[in-house]
Amino acid sequence: MAVPDKAGVVRRRQDAAAAPEPATLDVSNATRRQHPIRWLAGILVAVLLAQLINMLVTNDNFGWSVVAQWFTAESIMRGLGVTLVLTVIAMVIGIVLGVLLAVCRISGNPLLRAAAGAYIWFFRGTPTLVQLIFFYNLSALLPRISFGIPFGPEFVAFDTNTVITPLLAAILGLGLNEGAYMAEIVRGGLLSVDHGQREAGQALGMTDRRIMKRVILPQAMRFIVPPTGNQVISMVKATALVSVIALSDLLYTAQSIYNRTFETIPLLLVAVIWYLVVTSVLYFGQSFIERHYARGDRQQPSSFWDFLRIRPKRNAFPAVTEGPST
Amino acid sequence: MTQQPATAPAPVLSARGVRKSFGHVEVLRGIDLDVEAGETVVILGPSGSGKSTFLRCINLLESLYGGRILVDGRDVGFEVRGDRLHELAPDEIARRRRDIGMVFQQFNLFPHMTAFENIIEAPVGVKGEKRAEATERARALLAQVGLSGREDAYPRQLSGGQQQRVAIARALAMRPKLMLFDEPTSALDPELVGEVLQTMKQLASQGLTMVVVTHEISFAREAADRVVFMDGGLVVEEGKPEDVIDNPRHERTRSFLARFL
Ligand SMILES: Nc1ncnc2c1ncn2[C@@H]1O[C@H](COP(=O)(O)OP(=O)(O)OP(=O)(O)O)[C@@H](O)[C@H]1O
Ligand SMILES: [Mg+2]
Repeated sequence: MAVPDKAGVVRRRQDAAAAPEPATLDVSNATRRQHPIRWLAGILVAVLLAQLINMLVTNDNFGWSVVAQWFTAESIMRGLGVTLVLTVIAMVIGIVLGVLLAVCRISGNPLLRAAAGAYIWFFRGTPTLVQLIFFYNLSALLPRISFGIPFGPEFVAFDTNTVITPLLAAILGLGLNEGAYMAEIVRGGLLSVDHGQREAGQALGMTDRRIMKRVILPQAMRFIVPPTGNQVISMVKATALVSVIALSDLLYTAQSIYNRTFETIPLLLVAVIWYLVVTSVLYFGQSFIERHYARGDRQQPSSFWDFLRIRPKRNAFPAVTEGPST
Repeated sequence: MTQQPATAPAPVLSARGVRKSFGHVEVLRGIDLDVEAGETVVILGPSGSGKSTFLRCINLLESLYGGRILVDGRDVGFEVRGDRLHELAPDEIARRRRDIGMVFQQFNLFPHMTAFENIIEAPVGVKGEKRAEATERARALLAQVGLSGREDAYPRQLSGGQQQRVAIARALAMRPKLMLFDEPTSALDPELVGEVLQTMKQLASQGLTMVVVTHEISFAREAADRVVFMDGGLVVEEGKPEDVIDNPRHERTRSFLARFL
């Protein structure tokens, strides 16, 4: 049985056999490795957490009763409303503009490509805060805004100061800025779709518009939605910038209250908690939309629950049953 | 314009002096090819000889630089006005492409749609066929390519051979007058090649007009009415499969075929 040149192997086997092995050896009941560092880190975090909670409860400077008093006050609710409306409008403008700019960026027309590129360069290259202040002070640059034939007669004209309210300045500042970022996200998504998809659509006689709508965009969505979700969440927070142009958003409202009552920390906490509530809800929604766009893909993104580890990770594609094979 | 006599129907495909270059490289140097209704023509040729490029010129996925291609008697990308050809608008070109089906080496199924949705997408969305009608036909086509019951499978849940058969069904759903196959089995594992070739042989015997680029000599021998050998952007020789494959007249054809013996 023992082959001469495998003698070494055979001998080792015999050595192993010398120490009798119980038949119960099985990885399923092996002793698991201990993780002392993990335990240590866990204890450290628990201590810090306890300290934090202790401070939150015992430090009167937080003024929780004041927080509770103002949390659902009408003025705060109105400020929250402004923040939400501003987020939605600026994002809608940003997404529509972003898709248009992205399509221009990959179009065959070099003039459109250059124009879109210049737009993106400018709006990504300057701070949002500066853009907001700029739009707010637009009247200093253009006292009158008019619509008409270029270099020809005007149809309507406005006094800039009456048109550009703080709200409009905020919408323009945030929306136009967002368009530049969305354009890059959408472009990345469109380019990530295999070129063969477009050709398959063309070969079937689909028009370019239809190919974009039915073939490219739905596939690009998988790459567009996650970063867009992040953009929405960033936008919620970016709206706080508009307090510098005296628009009564959540932060500005909180500020104007503590300017009167000097309850600075409690009112900032009111704002912080509301921002957290809104962004948490958005994060929740994002995970559902991501799952929707992962159809046909084997690797589905993890759900919100998976993220929180409330449920164990499930197998991807549990719902699909194999059809009868032919 | 020369008028075809009514008795001899115009060929489904008629290519005359087709030229194409990428930059300074002339890839097609004057291709002539006629394909009659119901004919299956197999194009053979070494890598880089311009087979794919020629096929893609037929449905205008590539624009040709010279010559002319008529499908079912008319240009895909141009319109005759007076004594000149005028380039058509993109949407009109899209409309004319509907009559030409194409099957790609990489299948190019729409991964976000099920097999069924892949098949009805163009008939319903492009041709405006009724959904019920298209559904009926999609089922029949899936049965024809041996995939009944797999309507709801997404492409990634299908094997390569199954995907390619869905792609064939998708192209057939448009009731094309001409089908183009660009190396439909080259991306497949060897054991899956047979099922796709079987489907194609069946289509050939049912009288579909097909132009097939392939390296499967056995398919050419069994299913082709005519074999065309291309090299260096030119048709070197063409004829019945037994003549071109077994008794090639040109040295280049001989040395190419020698690799398959
Ligand atoms: N989009 C392109 N840009 C530049 N060159 C190209 C392009 N497409 C094809 N070519 C060149 O044209 C030549 C012919 O290519 P083609 O794909 O038509 O060959 P083929 O006969 O189909 O070869 P294969 O058997 O490898 O598929 C090759 O030299 C290729 O490099
Ligand atoms: Mg090729």
